Amino acid sequence: MSIDLSQFFEVFFEESLEGLDAMEAELLNLEPGNEDMETINTIFRAAHSIKGGSGTFGFTSVSDFTHVLETLLDQIRDGQRALTAEHVNLLLKSVDCLRGMLAALQAEQEPDLTEADEIRKRFEVILGLSEDIDSTNSDTPETQSENTYQIDFKPHPHLFKTGNEPLYMISELAELGELETQAFYDAIPDIDSLHAEECFLAWRFFLTTSKPESAISEIFEWVEDDADIDIVLCGGLFESDLSNDEDSTPSVPVSTESESRLETSEPESKAVTSNVTNAPVVKKAEAKKPSDSSATSIRVGIDKVDSLINMVGELVITQAMLSQIGEQEITESTITALQEGLAQLAHNTRDLQENVMRIRMLPISFVFSRFPRLVRDTSQKLGKQVELKLLGEQTELDKTVMEKISDPMVHLVRNSLDHGLETPEQRIAAGKDPVGTVTLNAFHQGGNIVIEIMDDGQGLNTEKIRSKAIANGLIQETDELSPDEINELIFMPGFSTADEVSDISGRGVGMDVVRRNIQALNGSVEVASAPGVGSTFTIRLPLTLAILDGQLVKVAQHTYIIPLISIVESLQIDISKVSRVGKDLDVLRLRDEYIPILRLYDIFNHDGAIEELDKTLLVVVESDNHKVGLLVDDLLAQQQVVIKSLEANYQKVDGISGATILGDGRVSLIIDISGLIKLSGLKRPGSQDLIVEQNAVGGAA
Amino acid sequence: MKKILAVDDSASMRQMVGFTLKKAGFEVVEAKDGSEALGIAKQQSFDAVISDVNMPVMDGITLIKELRTLPSYKFTPLLMLTTESGLDKKTEGKAAGATGWIVKPFNPDQLLAVLKKVIR
Repeated sequence: MSIDLSQFFEVFFEESLEGLDAMEAELLNLEPGNEDMETINTIFRAAHSIKGGSGTFGFTSVSDFTHVLETLLDQIRDGQRALTAEHVNLLLKSVDCLRGMLAALQAEQEPDLTEADEIRKRFEVILGLSEDIDSTNSDTPETQSENTYQIDFKPHPHLFKTGNEPLYMISELAELGELETQAFYDAIPDIDSLHAEECFLAWRFFLTTSKPESAISEIFEWVEDDADIDIVLCGGLFESDLSNDEDSTPSVPVSTESESRLETSEPESKAVTSNVTNAPVVKKAEAKKPSDSSATSIRVGIDKVDSLINMVGELVITQAMLSQIGEQEITESTITALQEGLAQLAHNTRDLQENVMRIRMLPISFVFSRFPRLVRDTSQKLGKQVELKLLGEQTELDKTVMEKISDPMVHLVRNSLDHGLETPEQRIAAGKDPVGTVTLNAFHQGGNIVIEIMDDGQGLNTEKIRSKAIANGLIQETDELSPDEINELIFMPGFSTADEVSDISGRGVGMDVVRRNIQALNGSVEVASAPGVGSTFTIRLPLTLAILDGQLVKVAQHTYIIPLISIVESLQIDISKVSRVGKDLDVLRLRDEYIPILRLYDIFNHDGAIEELDKTLLVVVESDNHKVGLLVDDLLAQQQVVIKSLEANYQKVDGISGATILGDGRVSLIIDISGLIKLSGLKRPGSQDLIVEQNAVGGAA
Repeated sequence: MKKILAVDDSASMRQMVGFTLKKAGFEVVEAKDGSEALGIAKQQSFDAVISDVNMPVMDGITLIKELRTLPSYKFTPLLMLTTESGLDKKTEGKAAGATGWIVKPFNPDQLLAVLKKVIR
C-alpha cells in the first residue's frame, strides 16, 4: 500500500511553526531560578509535538535535533536539573534553527544542518551526552549520492547464439547514468581464424549512476553464464546503496528518511533522464512552491453541489409561496397556509443547513491513512508484530475537526503500540496470537462521531498506575479508587508508567495533552481496559464546530447558551440540601454527590437576577468529569445555534467560547463550561472537597 | 516493422501479450502450442519469439530447442514466459537455447521493458 504522506506536510509545517512561536514566547517569559512549571511544560510540549510529527513524516533531521531539546527540558521539568540562563539562550537559538530547518523542508530543500549540529553538541555537553549515540549516528546528512562502477564485460564466443545482443545491453547501461566505454579488440584473431558468428570483443565500462548495483546486474541477468562479468564499485559514498535499495530496508530509523525522500525525488529524476539521457541526474528537488491550496480549499463531490442547488430551488419555491400569501387579505385560511409555508421553510432551511455542513465533511480515511506507515515503522522499532485494522473509513467528519484530531490519535495509537501490545514472546507465553491487533474504528452516533482505538494487548496495569500516581503525588496512599478511576489517572498531567523513556512515547506528556486537545474540540476521551485482553480508547467528537445544540437560559435580562452536550440535568433546588462551604460557596447535595453552585449573575456581573436559590433553576453541567451547577433564572428554548467567533469579532472573553445571533436579532453568548469553572476559582469541583482559590492555582500545579 | 511470434496455450494470455505488442508497434503472430508455432516459424521469419513453457502437444523448452537448430533462428531472441521463478526452468531453458525469460505475472510495461533488452 503506498500512501502519499506529503498531503499532510502542509499541516505539519503549520502546527510546528505555531509551536515554535509558542515556545519562543514562553522562553522569553522564563526567569531562571524562578521558573513557572506550567511555562516549562508548555515549552516541553511544543518540542515534543514537533519531534513526534517530524518523526512520523520522515523529517529525521528535525526529530533528531528536537530529541536533545526535549531531553533537557524533561530533566528541568522533573527537577533533576536547574534552569540556567545558558539553557534559555540555547533553547532560543534552537527555536530559530528549527524555523530555518522547517522552512527549508517546506520549500522541499535539504536543511542546512551545520548550525543544528553545533547547537546539538552544546546540548550534549550539558546533558553529559550519554544517551544520544543513536542520533549522532544518524545525523550524517544522507545524500542521494552517485556512485561510479567499473564493469568488466567479456562475453564468451557463443553469446550471439543465445539471441542476446551486447549493443542493447550497453544502451541499457547508458540509460542508468553517465557511461564511459572502452572496447578491447585484442582477442580478435587473424582474419583466417575469425568466425563471423562468434564474439571476440570485450568491454570495460565506467558507469556513474545513482541506481543501485542490482540495476546493473539485472541488465546482465540473462548472460551470467555466457560471459565474464565483474561489477566493482570504485568511488562515491557507500550510503547510497542503503538508501536506494528498498528491499533491504535497514532497521535503523534512517530508513524512514531515505524512503520518503525517494518517493519525492523519483518522479523528477525520471523526467530528467527522459530529456537528457546520459546527463548525471541532480537529485536535489526543485524548490517547488508549497501549495497553499490544500490549506484553503476543499474538494466537493458534484452530487453534494447538485443537492444544494436542488434545495435552493425548493427554498425559492417556498419563498414565492409565502410572498403570494403575504399579498392576500388575511383570513383564517391564509393564516393556515402561512403556517404551513413557514413549516416548510423551516424544513428547507434545515435541509440546506445540513447539506452545507456536509460540504465541510471529509471521510476520516484522510486521517486513517497516516496510520499504516506509522504502525509499520513503530512496530519495527519496537520489535513487535502488529496488524492494523481500519474500520469505518468512510465516516465523514468536519475538516477542521479532522485536522485537530489527528495528533491526539497518533499519540493514542503510539501508546497502544508501545504500552498496550506485548512482545511476540510475551504474547505466545500468554497464549495469544503473536501478532497483535490495533483497530481504528469510526462511526456516527447521534450528533457525534465516535473514534475507537482498540488493542488486544495487556490492558492497563492498574497496580502500576496506582503506585506511579502515588509516587507522583497525584493521589494519596490512602485513597480508595475503583479500577476505572485509576485508569482515568493516565489523563493527568505529568503521568507516565513507561519504565524507560523511549522516543516513541512515555514521557508523560501526551495523555493530558490528548485530553485537552479533544476537549478543545468539545469532545471527550475515555478509556476502558481489561487486564490481558486489551484496552479501548473512545473519542467522541461533535460532527462540526460551526453549529452546536444549545440550551438557551435566562440570567437577569440576558440570554446565554449552554452547550447541550455538557448538560447532565436541570432541576429545582431543594434548599434543605444546600450547605455553605467556606466564605461564599454553596454546594448542593444531589444524590451522593456534592455539586458546587455557580451563580452566573455573579460571575458575569448582572444585576436584577433572582438570588433566592429556591426560586431559580440549577443546570448541572459536566466538564473534565466534574460536575457543577449553574444557577439560572429560567430555561428557555433548545435550538441549534451557529457559532460566531468572539475573538474574530471582538476579543477573547474568559468563560465564553463564542457568540450567536438569536432569532430576534440579539447577540447571545455561549458559555465555555471548563473556562467558566476556572474563572470561578474552583480548581477541582466535584465530590472531593478540593477547592482552591484561583490565585493559588498557579503555585499548586 | 518488427515481427514477433507469441506462443501460449491460454487464449487470454495470448491476447494480452498480442495486444500489448501490437500497441507498441510490433506485428504479432499468435500460436497456441509449440508444434503450431514451429510450423509457423518455418514458413515465416520472426524478429523474436515469446513462448510459454507449459503447453500441450509441444512444450516451450522443446520449441526453443527445435527453433535454435534452424539456421534462420540461430541468433533470434527466444524468450520464455515462466511462472517458476526458480532456477530449474531457467537453466533448462538456457540450455535449450533460450535468450532470456519473463517471469509471470507481468504487466504490459514490464513485458515491453524486458523485450527492449533484445529487440529495438
